Amino acid sequence: MSLRLDHLSVDLAGRRIVTGIALAVGDQEFAGLVGPNGSGKSTILKTIYRVHRPAAGRILLDGTDLLALRPRDAARRIAVVAQETTSEFDFTVREMVMIGRTPHKRSFDRDTAADRSIVDHAIERVGCEQLAQRRFNTLSGGEKQLVLIARALAQEADHLILDEPTNHLDIHNQVEILEIVAGLGVTVLAALHDLSLAALFCRTIHVLSAGQLVTAGPPGAVLTPETIRRAYGADVLVIEHPDTGTPHLIPRRVQPTTQDHPSGGTLARSPAQPDPPA
Amino acid sequence: MREDDERAGPAEPETGHSRTSAGPAAAELGQAAAPGPTARRLIFRRRSRLESRWRDRTPLAIVLVVCAAALLVTMTLGVGIGSVPLSPVAVWHVVAGGLAGHPENTVAGIIVWQIRLPRVLLAAVVGAALTTAGAVVQVLVRNALADPFLLGVSSGASVGATAVLLLGVFASLGVWAISVGSILGAIAAMAAVFAVSRSGRGLAPTQLILCGVVLSALFESVTSFLIFRGNPQATQSVLFWLLGSFGLASWNQLPIPALALAAAMVYLMAQGRALNALAMGVEPAASLGVDVRRLRRNLFLVTSLMAGVAVAVSGIIGFVGLVVPHIVRLMVGSDHRRVLPTGVLFGASFMVLGDLLARTIVAPQEMPIGVITAFIGAPTLIVLIRSRPYLYGATQ
Repeated sequence: MSLRLDHLSVDLAGRRIVTGIALAVGDQEFAGLVGPNGSGKSTILKTIYRVHRPAAGRILLDGTDLLALRPRDAARRIAVVAQETTSEFDFTVREMVMIGRTPHKRSFDRDTAADRSIVDHAIERVGCEQLAQRRFNTLSGGEKQLVLIARALAQEADHLILDEPTNHLDIHNQVEILEIVAGLGVTVLAALHDLSLAALFCRTIHVLSAGQLVTAGPPGAVLTPETIRRAYGADVLVIEHPDTGTPHLIPRRVQPTTQDHPSGGTLARSPAQPDPPA
Repeated sequence: MREDDERAGPAEPETGHSRTSAGPAAAELGQAAAPGPTARRLIFRRRSRLESRWRDRTPLAIVLVVCAAALLVTMTLGVGIGSVPLSPVAVWHVVAGGLAGHPENTVAGIIVWQIRLPRVLLAAVVGAALTTAGAVVQVLVRNALADPFLLGVSSGASVGATAVLLLGVFASLGVWAISVGSILGAIAAMAAVFAVSRSGRGLAPTQLILCGVVLSALFESVTSFLIFRGNPQATQSVLFWLLGSFGLASWNQLPIPALALAAAMVYLMAQGRALNALAMGVEPAASLGVDVRRLRRNLFLVTSLMAGVAVAVSGIIGFVGLVVPHIVRLMVGSDHRRVLPTGVLFGASFMVLGDLLARTIVAPQEMPIGVITAFIGAPTLIVLIRSRPYLYGATQ
């Protein structure tokens, strides 16, 4: 149950978006994919779940070429939770989760008792029993995301791809969702924006910049001020999380701070300030 | 929700975690012994939380039986009502005779078998086809306000039909000229929209809508030009055709739309789960193992075919393909394995009823059915939009 990208390159509209990505996610590992906006995180993930075709390289699932599989066979191995989706269609939570059974069913197959039990079980695992009969569109952002995780669970895949699943969610929901995912016992590759949160949950972090892999390794080794400056062009302080010892990133202001003038005046003055030295 | 749920499983106290569908708990039975408005509501609520699981929606079989019964009633009314009123018994007597192979040669027999029955059946088939096409196009472009004519079929067909009526194209084909002209126009429009909106990654939803709208406008201007150049008398018949009518229905016209509908339904029902996945969006559908490119291309062809055939036999009947799918979703939810069969029956009833109104409201004259469907459809849609804000994006 491992996922390996073998020198993967992807072109979109004639432009190379990601180049020569080589990374491996081991059995039941929680791996993070981080990088600035537009660095190619989503492109890589979408290539894994067949929205894009690779221009070069391969995607290997336990050593077999993923693209050689039929779409439905691939979907039985890899499930996806992307950012919150809105639907114009009126599905109940249970119907939504039942859609996760799609790759397991043939034309005209009916929902069996086994399917229903899988769906109920998935809803339970994300703690949404009380939402089962609600309309999906009436749920809050955090609830929707939990239901989409339940849908991925109903897909019974042993690999889970997460594309910034905690965007727009409050801090409680962010932690809850990643905690649930971490407890599933499946192989996870997740694109995450919040680096401190990524450090808290990922065993390995792959840092991406301009479509290329910058570095990879355990959070403590990878999330250093130097790497962040190289990948993001941002200045951060890194401290240790008191509970876990994982790196916690503290952003720094680009403009000099106004600690000498705590009562403010920053807004009026700051445009006139010279750029700080790089 | 239903009394026979007792056999669903062993009684189990409310834990909130029981996964199997549990029967009524002891506490509930106690409440059931003292019925009253409050107690009954309590029972209802507790039941829906405890068991009922998988009873979120009315069972499909019940919905289909009710809709089929409604269709039989509307069709009987449709055949019975007219300048010569006939009782349901008389109607079914003739129909039974006709089905047995020897239609009656009485006045009633001729009215029913030669005139009204083919008309009612054609209305039913067209109503079913437009509803099905509408429900699927709404998934294809992921837009609740799409209708089967969005992708240029109707405007292409108009060009063909107008050319027949005004320029005498295909005059040698006689009564079939309009049908042939409109279906050729529909195919041409379909091919144009398909070709223009195709990109490297298949048909993109927004591109598809835009290309459909733009090319429709182009075809409509061709129609307008033909009308502008044509003689006033012929223009009258063009206008009548554009608003739709079943006035020219005959047995000969039935097989092609009926076969198209049947073939499309078999394909679409086989794709029921894939349609649900596609309703989530193109990318989620791909992640669920759906071959999205192929599915969307096939859906485009199937819906265009159904809409094109419907237009060829009855003109452009608006609003049915837009509104009826919404009414159906209101009744059975959005699961397409439920929406499609219900839509066939309900759409058929809707159109039969619409046609009945069209030919009786201003009898002996006949109203274009497009007028009726718009009069019923527009207010219905407004009520729907107002009553379900979350479905139409009024809430975030």
